[in-house]
Amino acid sequence: MIESRGLTKVFHDKKRGEIRAVDNVSFSCKPGQIYGLLGANGAGKTTTLRMLATILEPTDGTAIVCGHDVNDSPEKVRANVGFLSTATALYPRLTSQEMVEYFGRLNGMDEPALKRRVDEIFSRLDMDSFRDRRCDKLSTGMKQKTSIARTLIHDPQVMIFDEPTLGLDIMTARTIVDFIRQCRDRGKTVIFSTHIMSEVEKLCDVIGIIQSGKLLAEGSLAELRDRFQEQDLEEIFVKIVAPLYVPVEAN
Amino acid sequence: MNLRNIGIVYRKELREALRDRRTLISSLLVPLIIFPLLTAGLGAAISALIGKAKEEIPAIMILGGADSPGILAELQSSNKIKIVPLQQNWKDQIINKEIRAAIEIPPGFQQDIANQKPVTLLIHNYEGDLKSSIATDNIQKSLEKFRDHIVHDNLAARNIPDSALKPFEIKENNVAPPEKVGGAAFGGVIGYMVILLCLIGSMYPAMDLTAGEKERGTMETILSSPIARVDLVFGKFFLVLTAALVTAALSVTSMGASFTILEHVHAFDQAGADSAQLQIHIGIVTILSIFIMVLPVAVLFAAGLMTIALFAKSYKEAQSYISPVMFIVIIPAVAAMLPIDLTAKLSLVPILNASLLCKELVTGTYHWTFIAIIFCSTCVYAGVALFLAVKMFQREDVLFRS
Repeated sequence: MIESRGLTKVFHDKKRGEIRAVDNVSFSCKPGQIYGLLGANGAGKTTTLRMLATILEPTDGTAIVCGHDVNDSPEKVRANVGFLSTATALYPRLTSQEMVEYFGRLNGMDEPALKRRVDEIFSRLDMDSFRDRRCDKLSTGMKQKTSIARTLIHDPQVMIFDEPTLGLDIMTARTIVDFIRQCRDRGKTVIFSTHIMSEVEKLCDVIGIIQSGKLLAEGSLAELRDRFQEQDLEEIFVKIVAPLYVPVEAN
Repeated sequence: MNLRNIGIVYRKELREALRDRRTLISSLLVPLIIFPLLTAGLGAAISALIGKAKEEIPAIMILGGADSPGILAELQSSNKIKIVPLQQNWKDQIINKEIRAAIEIPPGFQQDIANQKPVTLLIHNYEGDLKSSIATDNIQKSLEKFRDHIVHDNLAARNIPDSALKPFEIKENNVAPPEKVGGAAFGGVIGYMVILLCLIGSMYPAMDLTAGEKERGTMETILSSPIARVDLVFGKFFLVLTAALVTAALSVTSMGASFTILEHVHAFDQAGADSAQLQIHIGIVTILSIFIMVLPVAVLFAAGLMTIALFAKSYKEAQSYISPVMFIVIIPAVAAMLPIDLTAKLSLVPILNASLLCKELVTGTYHWTFIAIIFCSTCVYAGVALFLAVKMFQREDVLFRS
């Protein structure tokens, strides 16, 4: 369960002054549900997800993840979260198995449990053929599978995906999309950010549209279609975002 | 702080470091080869080159002297110089190193000497050129011999003994043991090399574990794990410290071994008569003492370099921040090679204090008060650097600088 309560993040830039990257964002996501955070580049998606994963500290507001406050118990929050983004790379000089084991140990798993879990995940994701291969020698697809295994090793209740398919080829992106769906089917609370409309249509139970750090609209796809009298999600998105849209270069 | 997590991070970083060629070269290979190379290789090469230069009979020209056959005969009789016919471009020939020197004999030289008028001989040479300076020495020796003959004859003509001009002799007597003489001559270099290698050993891992991690995109990955940032910093710090200490240990051991081998093969004898008396005996106590004194310096380097490198976005940027640090370290380390004595005030100057102390330790001198001041002050500096490193890892604007 994720419950965001007025999450706010302000950055201070010498040239641009105060930047409100995320401004009073509140939403909730239940177990067995996928919450899609849809927004243009620079809208505040990554900052929101980084605050939920406690990689960044909120300037104001808070979020409760699996019953733990991100401000008070960041380590407990992270122990219940699997975080995956295109920015979460692998250690090049570790093998696929060593990479996954490292994160298992950091999550407090003991060696017998870790071994069992690694065997189970590697078998489920069909990774046995490259488990001893160094990460810098893996193909993009193998790397993605290793990243997925890394996020799953401690069996987290909450999965956070930050633009997980960005820059991936269709087949690899499909693996990720299937994986997100499986997470929901296993009863996990899933939140993911994207600006790819088709992924949102395929996956999301609830969609939150974010621009300039503000959550402008929220609801299921059907609710949004009904509210904005549009069938096409892209048109709905443009209608909501256009009044506040500022290109990233001008930001 | 969670020791288990620190250990997990440390073991992972160690595993990665052992698989990284650049870390292995800077931490293991460089200290292992630098001392044998410097002591045996470079020492032998320098003595061979100097020996070769001394063996060469320098060609010289004589300007004037037609009316002074005595001095010409003396110069021609010397087997340490080769007189070649005078040419108009003698100056250019010295500059172009075709001849090594020229001696100018003024007109009426012999007559002036006979009349006991003061007269000056001028040796033209190429200052700073070793072979020209050898030629000058050889000419001077020949001329001094000629002058001694004249003085002897003049004194004899007046029935005065030679001892009238030299009523007493002056001699030097060294009371310091040979190993202290060797230590005083080379101690500064040893301290400098150990400290510099310690810095070099920690430099690459410090950059790799901070800026390198940001550049590769693994920083966000590790920050998403439940480990506390302070544990992460300490895990990384201990790896950088290990690299610095391994480099220091290998360099001290390699240095001790090099000098011990050198002592046995009497390689110094080849460098010249004076250096035959130089001995450097670096025993296990000295090695341990140097290692203990270098320990807080290594902590200072590891934490300081990590703090600086973390601020960079990429490995390349980290290199540009760390390069000036090399100069900051080299200057006080080199200063220790100058004739500076350790004082209470200098004991507080980081790096210079450890470098000066290493020099004293090599000579077998133990000033316990200074040792205590240096060890404690360096520990304080190291503690501050470590505190800054932890603080830096807690700053979002540094970790996610873009």
